[in-house]
Parts: sequence; C-alpha cells; structure tokens
Amino acid sequence: MSASYAASVQPTSESPTSAQQVIQELQQHLPKGSLLWQPETLAPYECDGLTAYRELPLAVALPSTEAELVGVLQTCHRLGVPIVARGAGTGLSGGATPHARGVTLSLARFHRILEIDPVARTARVECGVRNLAISEAADAHGLYYAPDPSSQIACTIGGNVAENSGGVHCLKYGLTLHNVLRVRGYTVAGEPIEFGSEAPDAAGLDLLAVFLGSEGMLGIAVEITVRLVPKPELARCIMASFGDVRDAGNAVASIIANAIIPAGLEMMDQPMTAAVEDFVQAGYDLEAAAILLCESDGTAAEVAEEIERMLEVLQAAGATRLEVSTDEAQRLRFWSGRKNAFPASGRISPDYLCMDSTIPRARLADMLTAITAMQDTYGLRCVNVFHAGDGNLHPLILFDANDPGQLERAERFGADILETSVAMGGTITGEHGVGLEKLNSMCVQFSPEERSQMLALKAAFDPLGLLNPGKVIPTLQRCAEHGRMHVHRGLLPFPDLPRF
Amino acid sequence: MSTLPGIRTAWHDAPEGSLSRQALSPPHGAMSPSDDAMPPRSSPSVPSHPEAERLRDAVRAAIADASPLCLQGGGTRTFLGDPVSAAPLSVAGLRGIVDYQPAELFITARAGTPVAEIEAALAERGQCLAFEPPRFGDAGTVGGMVAAGLSGPGRMAGGSLRDAVLGTVLLNGRAEILRFGGQVIKNVAGYDVSRLLAGSLGTLGILLEVSLRVAPQAVASATRVYDLPDAQAIDQVNRWLAQALPVHASAWHQGRLYLRLQGARAAVDQACQRLGGDAMSADEAAAFWDALRDHHHPVLAEPAELPLWRLALPPTHPPLALAGDWLIEWHGGQRWLRSALPAATIRAATQAASGHATRFRPGARPESGVNSLTPLTGPLACIEQAVKLAFDPHGLFNPGRRPYVPPAA
Repeated sequence: MSASYAASVQPTSESPTSAQQVIQELQQHLPKGSLLWQPETLAPYECDGLTAYRELPLAVALPSTEAELVGVLQTCHRLGVPIVARGAGTGLSGGATPHARGVTLSLARFHRILEIDPVARTARVECGVRNLAISEAADAHGLYYAPDPSSQIACTIGGNVAENSGGVHCLKYGLTLHNVLRVRGYTVAGEPIEFGSEAPDAAGLDLLAVFLGSEGMLGIAVEITVRLVPKPELARCIMASFGDVRDAGNAVASIIANAIIPAGLEMMDQPMTAAVEDFVQAGYDLEAAAILLCESDGTAAEVAEEIERMLEVLQAAGATRLEVSTDEAQRLRFWSGRKNAFPASGRISPDYLCMDSTIPRARLADMLTAITAMQDTYGLRCVNVFHAGDGNLHPLILFDANDPGQLERAERFGADILETSVAMGGTITGEHGVGLEKLNSMCVQFSPEERSQMLALKAAFDPLGLLNPGKVIPTLQRCAEHGRMHVHRGLLPFPDLPRF
Repeated sequence: MSTLPGIRTAWHDAPEGSLSRQALSPPHGAMSPSDDAMPPRSSPSVPSHPEAERLRDAVRAAIADASPLCLQGGGTRTFLGDPVSAAPLSVAGLRGIVDYQPAELFITARAGTPVAEIEAALAERGQCLAFEPPRFGDAGTVGGMVAAGLSGPGRMAGGSLRDAVLGTVLLNGRAEILRFGGQVIKNVAGYDVSRLLAGSLGTLGILLEVSLRVAPQAVASATRVYDLPDAQAIDQVNRWLAQALPVHASAWHQGRLYLRLQGARAAVDQACQRLGGDAMSADEAAAFWDALRDHHHPVLAEPAELPLWRLALPPTHPPLALAGDWLIEWHGGQRWLRSALPAATIRAATQAASGHATRFRPGARPESGVNSLTPLTGPLACIEQAVKLAFDPHGLFNPGRRPYVPPAA
C-alpha cells in the first residue's frame, strides 16, 4: 500500500519559500518547544489513525495561545505553506496525514473547558478538549454531550467538528452537526470568524452546516459551543438472536416502522459474534446467524413502556432468543462485545480492512447477502458489525498481507462494498470521513460537476487552497481504485482505544 | 431488488423517465470489481425530468441574456428577505413524491410538491416532519419550505428544518444539475451542501428535489398552562429542560406560559403530575399550537399595522427592554415582537444580546432603508459573498433577497 501521498497530491500553491525560511519565520511567533522540525520530533505526527499513509511534515506547530495561532496562520498564508490541522490524531481516514511541504497545526494545547451553563445546557470548550471530558465536566449537573464516537476517551471535539463524528447513539440524539451550536475560530488568513450562534440560528447563510464535517479544509476552529442533554434516568438493552440475517435486517426496519427510535440499535453477524465472544465472554448466542442489541433510555416508566414494545416487534420479526438487561452491569456486558469488535478481529486474522459506509436500513440483509457472495468472489472472509439503526456498516475484511495478492483482493473487495452501498442509495462514508482513504471513492459517488462545485465552495473559504490540500475532494485524475484502512497485525496507533 | 412487504412503499406518481428511484437499476451484477481504470460512477444518475430540463434551459437562457431570475414556488413565503425584481421562474410544475420509505425515515420529493401533500402522505403512515414547518396557506411547496428554512414550535425538541435535510438536487448558476447528500442519516462524503441550501432563500440555485428525515408522530401529548411573567417563564422552562422530562415546546404570551409535553404515554402522564399547571383540553391545545405554527396567533397574524420582528436569541437571555407585544417561543430562543420601535434600536438590542433580528413582516408603513435580514459584516460577509458566487457566478438567483454590504476597502 502506498506509504506516501505527497507524490500524488497536486500542489495547490507553489511554495518557493525554503523550509528553513518557513521555520525561521514561524519561530518568531512560537516559543521554544512549540515548533518541531527535526525529523525525530516529527515522527509521532507522521500519521493519524489511518496508519497506511505516512508522511513527515515540514514542521509541527503547537500554539498555546490564539495570538500564536494567528501568527502561524498569517505566516503560512503569506508564504503559501499548506496547513494540516490536527486534534488527537485518532481519525480513521487520513484527514490529519501531514503534507510534506506543510505545517501540521496541532491544536492539542487548546484544551480548556471554558464554561458549562447548566440552565442553558451548553458547554463552551476549546477545540482540543476530549469528547468524553465534556460529559465528565457536565456530569455534576446531570447533563452530558450526546455524540459518542467510540474513540471518545481520546478524540477531541475539534476533530469531531471536522469529521461530523457519529457514535452509537446518533439515531436518537443526532450527529455532531445536530449538537454543535457555534464554532469560533480563524480563517486561513488568520482573521477571526464565528459560525453559528448560541441562539437557535445565526444571520446569513448557514455556513456552520458546511463547516461541520469539512475535515479541516475551510477554517480553523478554536472554541466550540455544544448542546448538552440531561442524562437519562435509566437505560436497558435487549439482546435478540436471529436464525437468519434477513430476519435480523427486517427486524431493524420493523422497529423503526413501528415508530420506535431506540437509543442504540446494533447488529453483529455470526462470525463477528464468535470472534468477540471468544475475546470478552459476554454470553452471546453463538448459534444465532445475527445478534441485535436494542437499547431504550429515559425515565423508568418510558423505558418499561418502550422495552415492552421493542420485545413485541422483535418477537414478531422472528427473534429466536430475547434477553433484557436487568442491571447496569449486564447492560454493559451486552455492549462489551460490540465495543470490542475491532481488537477481537485482530485476534482472528493477521490483517483486516475496516470499511465504513451507509445503506438504507431495509437493505441490510441484501448487503449481508452480497458480502457473503463477495467472500467467494475474492476468496476472503469478512465479519460484520453494523450501526444497524442508521444503516452504517463496518465490514471487516480479513486477509494476510504476507500472502501475495491478498491485500489487493481485499482492497477490491472493499471497493465493491462501497460501490454496492452507493448503488443501494447509500454513501461511501457514514462517519469516518473521506480524508485520503476515500478520496477515489468520491468519484463513485459524485460527478465531476458536483466535485467542481465542492471545490468552488472550498475556494470561497480558502482561495489559495492551503488548508489540508489534496484531501476530501479528488481531482479528476485521482479517480482510480486505491486503499482502505489497513490494520496490520492489529497495530493501530491507539491499540487500547475502543473503535466504532 | 428485494423489498420488505408492507414496509417499503412504492410511490406512484412518477411518470416514465422521471426522477423516480424505482427506475434505477439494481446494484449487483452490473459492477465489475476488476476495473483498474477510473471507476464508473455507480451513484444514482442525476435525474432528468421534462420540467427540470425546462428549468435548466431557463437558466441557460438567463446566463446568455445576463437576466436574473426570481424563483417562485407556491408564493406563500415571498415576504421573506428583501423584495426581488427579476423575471419570475416558477418551480411549481416540478412536483410529486419520488420516494417515501417509512421504515427508512425519509421522504424524497420534487421541489414543487405541496407541503400539504407530503404531510398527508406522512400522516397516513403515522409520521410527520418533526420541525413543524409553518404553513402559510395550502399552496406552499417543499422547495420553498427548504429555501425559507423556517421551523415551528417543536424545533427545539425535534431539531430544525436544516437538521432534517438529508439530500438535495440542485440546479446551480452554471446550469448544472447536482446531487448532494442522500437519503441516509449518516453521510459524511464531501461537504454538506444540502444543509447550506436550507434557509438560503433561493440565492444559491434552484432546488429540484429534496430528501428529508421524517419522524414518528408522538404517542402522547399534553399541554399545561402557568401564570408567570416572562423572565420567570424563560428560567422555569429551561430548568425543566435540564431534567429528563418530555418537554417538547413552550410559548409565552401576556403573562401565560404554555408547555407542551410529548413522548411515551407514561412519561407524559408522570410529567403532568410532577409539573402541575392547568391542563388544556386536547382540542384547545391543538388549535393553540397550530396557530403558533401557522402564524394565526394574534401576535403573528397578518395584515397588521406594526412590523413583526423575529429575534433569535440565546434561549436563557433575560427579556429585552423593548416596548411592544412579545410572543416567546423555543424556550426563549425565538421571540416575536410587534413594535413601532425603529429597526436600529431593535437590531442593536438584539445584537447586544448575542442574537440577530429579522424584520419578518414590514407592517403597514415600512420603515425605509431597512433590510429584512441582518446584514453580515467582516470576514463572514466576504465568505458569504464568495459562497454565493461559487454557486451562482452570474448572480442570477433572487438578486437582492439577502442583504449584501460590501466590506470597507
């Protein structure tokens, strides 16, 4: 798999300035220790969660104040140097992969929680605050921040804004975009800017909507106001077994069709269940072709009413076994396997590719059938975990990179899944972003005119194309098959971090 | 292509060769995994529809003649923004529900489809638009609704119109037909252009088709009424919201706070007991919230002598000391004001409170030189103008609808 992308990126702005000059000018704005340029100090920044892509940046800037940040932005803007913003570096699509001639702008030092307003139910925090730290700070008021990407103990809210991150509870509580009220930051030229408002809307076009999920290509967020929600009094989870994946897929559609919006609705197929059961011993039904985890939260009365309705629907949909958590320990045990799908897969295969696409819920069974057929076509196994409630798939394609040809087959397998997702009315990425990883798949989903329109939108914010160049929106010539997230022998940059 | 009987609903009124997704070929088999060259685009091709082609020709002609266009749907929301003087172009002929999948929680419709038709289709399956868009009469179209971007009483609980937009097909100022977003909730491929179009008042292009997230109708609903002054009402409702209570909507007018509880039966009953207040009968409550939603409420109804101002404020901000008749919604986030005060006074007070003020209705004797919408300033104004030109380089669509103040050199 390609290790360098610099060669394939079209520079958006020729930079005649020497690296030495850039470093000297940046030094004028940053104290000692806040600018890294020696190769050994740059190494920790060479990749994000997409480890297949590595590059050393020209330098890493670690501003601690907004004045320092503005100095970095103005300098880079003046010298035509690309800027790659970086939070915790947990992203899975290469959104923070460095640019060889660019400055990686680490925002990790902006990590203060500025204000929790328990009456307005908002938190105003700096971009480097970890997702989970917001909920921890709000806990004293009985509130929390709802979007919960599985990497939430490490990922930052700034990164969540850049990726429009999801999580297990999106169906009921929304994505990042539904929970961020306001973003304050700077344009590429270092001018102060604010999108959104603590009011329900802001004057002008809804630029916050495009800023969210723009993968660091439109501006630099520094301060973010998020909406907090009251912690539910109670959560209970149903574990439902199905003898047939089609029944399980139909059960998911049936729940929604019966006007139930579960707090979480997850699905695992039999090979995945076997792998995680071996890993966590959660007591999963190994006979089941698929397992659904269906969660209800709210007041005790609400949960009792909803669990009853969920059980009826699941029963009618042909569940072969139903178990309802009776206490918090059991509920967490139900979830433990689902949350460990990633490391569990690492134990059963030397390598795997993790895909991330979304399809209409009603096509889940069709997709599983298609993936089963693809296993024969490509001669590789695939285990499946789905955020079934929102149709978001994470098929893990198992292979051995040491066996010649397997990686290439796995990549074609993955591309086939993505294209099938688009053809089913879905999308090539549900929550991991495009970054570098899905760059070529963007050609499958969007026409040249659509991509040109997106590039024009980008240019409205960043006319010189200095923010994260070469990511998200591919140029025509980049439309060719290429790699997915590739995990060799379970080697992730944060091996202990739960994923998905 | 397999279907789930009773769940996937085939929608009917799409003529041959129209925007219908049913016409799309099934996914498998057609694709070869071994293509090393540029992969074929396998996403649904951009629809062609005679009416869409007519609109595209109209845009081509407008480019050629450098003659701007005033976009029209049902004509129910033309009062929003500043008046446009340009050749009218109607989108109302492009109508019909393209796809509605209750179990997928989305509906896709052509832009000229009446909102009433969409709401009737949803109601038949026990679903609704959670953002409760205001209906200014029956003629309003879904394209106009999205372009206007307005949400109703349930906005704070059910999300805004923008939140519910999943995808769009847009005819831009280069006469290109473009598809953004889709029909699924989780979708982070490329920029979220569809949501940018929500509330853009037709200034970026012509919406041809929209996909919206739909929601199940509430199982139970109850309305409680309290005698409270405005400041206390705002504080009280926000304190209730910080608890896990099924508070769905609130409104305050002339010393009375109206609270709508919605959710599971047990939760609503429990909350009624706990929160006290006077009960409103179901009919009375339905009429009250509909009047708010559809602007029949005495503060909102037209025609009226005085202008109607819409103030968007941080919800917990204390009441503003501006004389007039106040109607407070969205737990303090949306405040309506009928007032004779000068625009500058209202805008300054709103801005000081970190909000923005729209002159929603001009009144019988409009103050001159006042933009309906708050003009932007600084770098944001530059970006907004650049975004406008990125979509509409020839300045064809609804010129003057949004205020543009060139930044000082």
